[in-house]
Amino acid sequence: MTGEAISLQRTAGAEAATAYPAEQLRPIRWQLILGFVGLLIGGYLGLLQALERVGVDLYRASQIKTYYQGLTLHGVLLAFVFTFAFTNAFTQYMTMRGFGRPLASTALVQASFLTALLGVVLAGYAMLTNQASVLFTFYAPMKAHPLFYLGAVFLVISTWIVLANQLLTYRAWRREHPGERIPLPSYMGLMNYLMWTIATVGVAVEVLAFLLPWSLGWLDTTDPQLNRILFWLTGHPIVYFWLLPAYTSWYALVPAQVGGKLFSDGLTRLTFLLFLLFSIPVGVHHQFTDPGIPTAMKVIHMVLTFVVFVPSMITAFSVVAALETGGRKAGGRGLLGWIPRLPWGNPSVAAQLLAMLAFTLGGATGIINASFTMNLIVHNTAFVPGHFHLTVGTAVALSFMGIAYWFVPYLTGRQLFSRRLALVQAWCWAIGALIFARGQIGGGLESMPRRTAIGAATYALPGWDVSNWFTAVGGALMAIGGVLFFIVLFGTLFNAKRVEPAAVEPPLSEVIHGPKESWQIFDRIGLWVIVAIALTLLAYGPLLLGYLPANMTSPAIKVW
Amino acid sequence: MKVEFYEKVFLVLTVVVLAAGLITIGASVLVAGVHVPSPAARVDPRTVAQTPPFDQPGLREIAPGKYEAVILARAWFYDPKEIRVPVGSTVTFKMTSADVVHGFELEGTTLNGMLIPGQVLTMTTTFEEPGEHLFICHEYCGVGHHTMFGRVVVE
Repeated sequence: MTGEAISLQRTAGAEAATAYPAEQLRPIRWQLILGFVGLLIGGYLGLLQALERVGVDLYRASQIKTYYQGLTLHGVLLAFVFTFAFTNAFTQYMTMRGFGRPLASTALVQASFLTALLGVVLAGYAMLTNQASVLFTFYAPMKAHPLFYLGAVFLVISTWIVLANQLLTYRAWRREHPGERIPLPSYMGLMNYLMWTIATVGVAVEVLAFLLPWSLGWLDTTDPQLNRILFWLTGHPIVYFWLLPAYTSWYALVPAQVGGKLFSDGLTRLTFLLFLLFSIPVGVHHQFTDPGIPTAMKVIHMVLTFVVFVPSMITAFSVVAALETGGRKAGGRGLLGWIPRLPWGNPSVAAQLLAMLAFTLGGATGIINASFTMNLIVHNTAFVPGHFHLTVGTAVALSFMGIAYWFVPYLTGRQLFSRRLALVQAWCWAIGALIFARGQIGGGLESMPRRTAIGAATYALPGWDVSNWFTAVGGALMAIGGVLFFIVLFGTLFNAKRVEPAAVEPPLSEVIHGPKESWQIFDRIGLWVIVAIALTLLAYGPLLLGYLPANMTSPAIKVW
Repeated sequence: MKVEFYEKVFLVLTVVVLAAGLITIGASVLVAGVHVPSPAARVDPRTVAQTPPFDQPGLREIAPGKYEAVILARAWFYDPKEIRVPVGSTVTFKMTSADVVHGFELEGTTLNGMLIPGQVLTMTTTFEEPGEHLFICHEYCGVGHHTMFGRVVVE
């Protein structure tokens, strides 16, 4: 426990907080708000789905034509819009924070926001007019309006623009700091966006080479199995793209927010490096039950999925250890006595602690999904949404809300509207999510299918009723948490009380074993990108080559 | 690089737990004989209704106690909707979709697969007990998705 305490920041203490140009912070703020608009509408539709299964139909009152139109909006707005926009905003900020300088290009900050906005408008039009009720997985040969696919493309491009700016900023920083370690906050964001950008190749090929021309009538047929393989090449790494901003906060800010210290710079870098390498070659674990993929490929992807569990386990250790140092410094004794000594009264901290708690269950259920034969019991059942409402729906979403409790005051210079409401919000969401997940996981284990209007289904099995009530009550509690969040958000945006941004910005975590003790090779970004691409080619090359020629036999179909 | 004692312990435990999981899964395949679907054949969904065996969906006995159940999925029904088999029979399901992606989950068994247009899905199970099992479409296939199901009656 001895050792020199080193701030993640290059020059500890001398950090000129908030000295970032307003013309960059403004589009970051707008992008953040765009993300929360996605959360507002998408979350509302989630409530409708939860209530549908106990016989409460709010669809007619909402101008939403079908359960599945609502489900498409729910998935796209939460899984793509909320997550992408928040992550773009937060990562751009953390990049500046880490490098201690503005981003290299203001135009790119603006372009990222405008591209995301354009994507939302295009895809939103297609979905709201019920011309794209294909859910967020848009499996062919269900055909959506071309603007739906185009909107998705623009949303992805908004993330590529952020990466371009990160790299330009890195280059400018490197010129002035030869031989220095990349500051951790910037390193984490870089690794996440590099991983994600490599991963988007799958969906880019799927949409640009197949679905977009096919939906425009330029191609007569497509290959649904091949399209699914390409989708999941991107579709699994996307979950880490959602998760890693939350991890960034847990590593770089939360330890300081609880008065503790991070143990190891090296293990933190290793964690993000492992995500860069192993997030992508695992997508087939979503397709264990697909007929068109050889068993050997499924086994390879399963084993690699187990490897990508390792960095999450390192995180479980490192983050909890950092929390413990904080709780003990505050006077906590005994094995668990440090837990109540954590600053639970700080809503930003409380939300993220509860998010971490939900993530332990989310991770455990995830390992079940990834377990090849065990997956047969849960595949495409309600178990799966039960799992991912604990991960992306709570670990990620609640962390983002916790971050917002200082980030929005920081970006707007307005005081957080109500600390107490924000605290109630976090607990409501977390407890609601646990009850909701109990309903979905229980239902799934009793063969309840996912993405199905269960309230209107013409079949049922005994035991589903109980699960449905858990789901509905939990979903309603999450919705109350959501309403409270937006009261706090709007209350803050229009709060007359001002704060000094520097006063609300959490300090960066100090590290006990600093970068001097960790391997230099972690910072060889170019090398690791090559290794990540090589691993992707190894995992997908033989699969795709063995699959070809494409089975282009499916014409476009509209089924809603 | 300095890795502290507890960090090392935790890393070793992680690897042990994951390895134990992989070994268990391996045993479920090699010892317990649980299998996931693997490639069977390709078929053209536009002409599948005229292509054997999907031109004659239904159950046929291929050997004493062994059956083949051919099921064609469409929006939003299975053809056939019901299959009756004697207790103790081993049934191989041969399935595909004539339009969009559907699912097939036979409740009370480990049969679970995707019906993807262009791909034939085969899965085998033995029904030891009399009773009923629902099969449910568990992939969104359009506005009638929640009405798409069938049943296996073991008698």
